[in-house]
Amino acid sequence: MARKIRILVAKPGLDGHDRGARIIARAFRDAGFEVIYTGLHQTPEQIVSAAIQEDVDLIGLSSLAAAHLYLFQKVIDLLKSQGADDIMLVGGGIIPEKDVDKLKAMGVREIFPPGSSLEAIVDWVHKNVKPR
Amino acid sequence: MNALFKLDEVGKIKLGKKAWQEQLQKKPAGLRSGKETFTTVSGKEIEPLYTPVDINDFDYTDKLGFPGQYPFTRGVQASMYRGKPWTMRMFAGLGSAEETNERFHYLVSQGQTGLSTAFDMPTLMGYDTDDPKASGECGKCGVAIDTLKDMEILFDGLPVDKLTASMTINPPAPVLWAMYIATAEKRGIPREKLGGTIQNDMLKEFIAQKTFMCPPEASMRLIVDTIEFGTLEVPRWNTISISGYHIREAGSTAVQELAFTLADGIAYVQAAIERGLDVDAFAPRLSFFFNAHVDFFEEIAKYRAARRMWADIMKNRFKAKSERSLWLRFHTQTAGCSLTAQQPFNNVVRTTVEALAAVLGGTQSLHTNSFDEVLAIPTEEAATIALRTQQILAEETGVANTIDPLGGSYFVESLTDQMERAACEYINKIDDKGGMLKAIERNYPQMEIADAAYSFQRDFDEQKKIMVGVNKYVIDEEIPVDIYQTDEALEDRQLARTNEVKNNRDQKRVKQCLERLGEACTGKDNVMPCLIEAASAYATLQEMCDVFRKVFGIYRDPGTF
Repeated sequence: MARKIRILVAKPGLDGHDRGARIIARAFRDAGFEVIYTGLHQTPEQIVSAAIQEDVDLIGLSSLAAAHLYLFQKVIDLLKSQGADDIMLVGGGIIPEKDVDKLKAMGVREIFPPGSSLEAIVDWVHKNVKPR
Repeated sequence: MNALFKLDEVGKIKLGKKAWQEQLQKKPAGLRSGKETFTTVSGKEIEPLYTPVDINDFDYTDKLGFPGQYPFTRGVQASMYRGKPWTMRMFAGLGSAEETNERFHYLVSQGQTGLSTAFDMPTLMGYDTDDPKASGECGKCGVAIDTLKDMEILFDGLPVDKLTASMTINPPAPVLWAMYIATAEKRGIPREKLGGTIQNDMLKEFIAQKTFMCPPEASMRLIVDTIEFGTLEVPRWNTISISGYHIREAGSTAVQELAFTLADGIAYVQAAIERGLDVDAFAPRLSFFFNAHVDFFEEIAKYRAARRMWADIMKNRFKAKSERSLWLRFHTQTAGCSLTAQQPFNNVVRTTVEALAAVLGGTQSLHTNSFDEVLAIPTEEAATIALRTQQILAEETGVANTIDPLGGSYFVESLTDQMERAACEYINKIDDKGGMLKAIERNYPQMEIADAAYSFQRDFDEQKKIMVGVNKYVIDEEIPVDIYQTDEALEDRQLARTNEVKNNRDQKRVKQCLERLGEACTGKDNVMPCLIEAASAYATLQEMCDVFRKVFGIYRDPGTF
């Protein structure tokens, strides 16, 4: 049997807004993916180490406190330095349109802004993520 | 007789309603309401029409009474807005203390009547800008405060003996309050003259907003310290703002917001009484904070039910004697989670409707969200429109001329009763679990909210719940909006200032102050006097919070979903 897609949902930094992260974690679970949610207040180091230990295919970062450019970049740098940059990275939350291109240029595959439907996000995962 | 309607009318109305429904059924299908159910934004089913039958056993004196009288359903003050308009209190905090101070001065010059401070994430979590955990977050969604120096700049030139200041700060609330008191006293303003509010509501942090530092029991101890200190030494200060706002933003229903907030209030009152305080000494300084979501009538019913329930809780559960102890005074903020990043100017309309609900619901103080708040920290222009929204409501529309104008509406009274019943059921369940602290440890309110949030999201995806511009009336074109930019050099400037303060203070005195704080934490002494001393000696926020963390330990998010 094919291995299920494994996803790490994570909240980097000190931001406590976890409504979106917990909803998307549930939606992924209901869609049949294996989901690990790190809980709040995770450093980029903790997130990358959890992603590697849990052998995930995708990391979903949620940010609503405007520190996304800094924190997402750190996660990407750490994935690279630990040879784990084959793990795909997506993001969601309060991310201004002008930052979306910057994040994509960094290597974030997709950004799901406020108002994204759960179905659309799940579909995106089905289309773009293959179990490694 | 007290009942609103004569009993012999009830039979007539029932017959009349039946005839009306039959008449409706004869209409062509398209003109009937159909099988579709209509629900509030919280998912509560709503009837097509309300009549006196829906409030059949309504007793005016019991249920409503008069403004300023038990059970305060119609308002806590006898004259309400004719006596004192609500306080227009715009939540502001951007980047540095200088910039935020400038925004405060601007808002006051534009007619704002109270101050409200937003802090950045490191400050909210008790970290200084130079802690590695704070990297990249300085000044991003509020003002960075590391030492008394920042606080002095933040309130520079503002009449803190005349304007009340609210601080949305939770885990380190005692520390920031100590800094505020120290700042005022350095300016020669004694603490007994200071008016304002610290949010200081940790239970709802564990439940919903999720900024936390120490475990729940220790957090309660620090809160009771502030309640005790305020009661004795800062009598005009609201020592806590028991907040439903964040519970709602986390995705709760209106009933959950109401029930969990009052259950939190019960826990605080209980804890303060257990400390040995007289309920009537501290209860008049408890304040509340609710959300104004977009479902107009549901929100008004929520505020009215809240006042009635709290008056009953204080009178009957806690045996309060003073009338002021029974008052549920509250601040309101329009719902951030109702705003849309798409077609953001529509947010002005949402905010107006929400603000109107807050005013008709009898709020004491109001923040109206800026239309760009879903995108970034508000620009000055957006914040001005939001303030003007309140001024238009207060001074043009006439909605504040009459107290509780919706009192007596069959619909609103029926909804108020239902809200009260449903919230009481929740409070009973929480009592059965041994109170809110125990309920939180069992993850109960957290999971109830997660269920409601998920269910709303599903309804939104299926277009059972509409957000204009997001899942209906969508346009591809992007609406250009000016967005506030945080100055990227801010973090370095803040680091430099904090460093300078740390290098130029009396190190021995700081060390002694922190040691005394540690002793107070380990023992039973109130921490507030030590914190004011430490703040005056320019101990940093984190130095003081590290003492808390060392003595009480650190709370970790269980990460359930």
